[in-house]
Amino acid sequence: MNVIEFSFLVGVGSFAAGFLGALTGLGGGVVLVPLLTLFFHVNIRYAIGASLVSVIATSSGAAAAYVKEGFSNIRIGMFLEIATTMGALLGAYLALKVPTHAIAIVFGLVLLYSAYLSGRAQPPQPQHPQPDPLATRLKMNGSYPSPDGLKPYFIRRVPAGFSIMFGAGTLSGLLGIGSGAVKVLAMDQAMRIPFKVSTTTSNFMIGVTAAASAGVYLSRGYIDPGVAMPVMLGVLAGSLLGAQLLLKIKTRSVRSIFTVVILLLAVEMLYNGLAGRI
Amino acid sequence: MKLSDWTDQKVENVIGTLLRVGVLTSAFVVFCGGTIYLARHGRSTVDYRIFQGEPADYRQISGIVREALHLSGRGIIQLGLLLLIATPIARVIFALFGFAAEKDRMYACFTAIVLVILLYSLLGTS
Repeated sequence: MNVIEFSFLVGVGSFAAGFLGALTGLGGGVVLVPLLTLFFHVNIRYAIGASLVSVIATSSGAAAAYVKEGFSNIRIGMFLEIATTMGALLGAYLALKVPTHAIAIVFGLVLLYSAYLSGRAQPPQPQHPQPDPLATRLKMNGSYPSPDGLKPYFIRRVPAGFSIMFGAGTLSGLLGIGSGAVKVLAMDQAMRIPFKVSTTTSNFMIGVTAAASAGVYLSRGYIDPGVAMPVMLGVLAGSLLGAQLLLKIKTRSVRSIFTVVILLLAVEMLYNGLAGRI
Repeated sequence: MKLSDWTDQKVENVIGTLLRVGVLTSAFVVFCGGTIYLARHGRSTVDYRIFQGEPADYRQISGIVREALHLSGRGIIQLGLLLLIATPIARVIFALFGFAAEKDRMYACFTAIVLVILLYSLLGTS
């Protein structure tokens, strides 16, 4: 393959990944690395470097739209970013040491978990009216606009959320993904942050987290301009278009198709990792 | 609505614009670099199967800037990617000013910790 063919095909693939990722809210990063390694035979280290860069691009690109809605909680975001950025540094260092087939296996497992989460219905979120003392001291409780006016919410289990976010940061640094699936676990399940607030806040955090590991990847030579260029431009264009269409079309069927795609990629990644081919 | 809420929202709005401008600027730079790269090396064959690591000029800030000034396509792409990595860092710096202006010492400290980690990653690991 020559440079033009490679850039064009990878650009188209990345566009599709960004588009579907934005449309389904699952993020494009999770399918990018399998796409690059399994179909374009790009070394997984270059693939992770390029994917990480595209994660920063989509997160920053979507931020302006999210900010207007006024749901995000900058204090929760900043506090948890301490955990995610430290985790991201750890993940980036692990990525330098861990053999690539082991990275592929971990990647496959995260894909399986993402497919499971997206295939499952959104569980109801019981709200606790009692303020948690630690969350109150950290000034994390807030309110968000709803049809019935401003709705207050109280945050719970801050230490548990912080620890899980450290894990999410580590996975993000190790695999070059936004690890939205793990963030959902920490923010929605453990801390009981309302869904609308957690989605927008986590979008903010993803860019900062990815920047923490991208510095390490860049200085260690994992970010190749020839791979990163079509990936970054393709994903960014795809995700901006996907976000535009998000409100206009029904995403249920797209979501089920994308879930099946993730599932297949998970099996392929696990197989190649276990067979030592990656 | 309390005064502090309003300030938070205002800070967030500026941050949102900052991020958008940052990402579009870096995409433009990457696109320009990509055009030069494709024009010069479009017909060469590529093989990314084996990881070799980038040469020093493509992984250190000084080298990237030097390559970009020489109008190397790949150097300009890396410069754009560097701008992209710098965008969230700029957002954290801005948030630090926001918390300082609100006289929120605790959160100014938290933000400073995040900033140190980010700068260490970009500058301290090469």
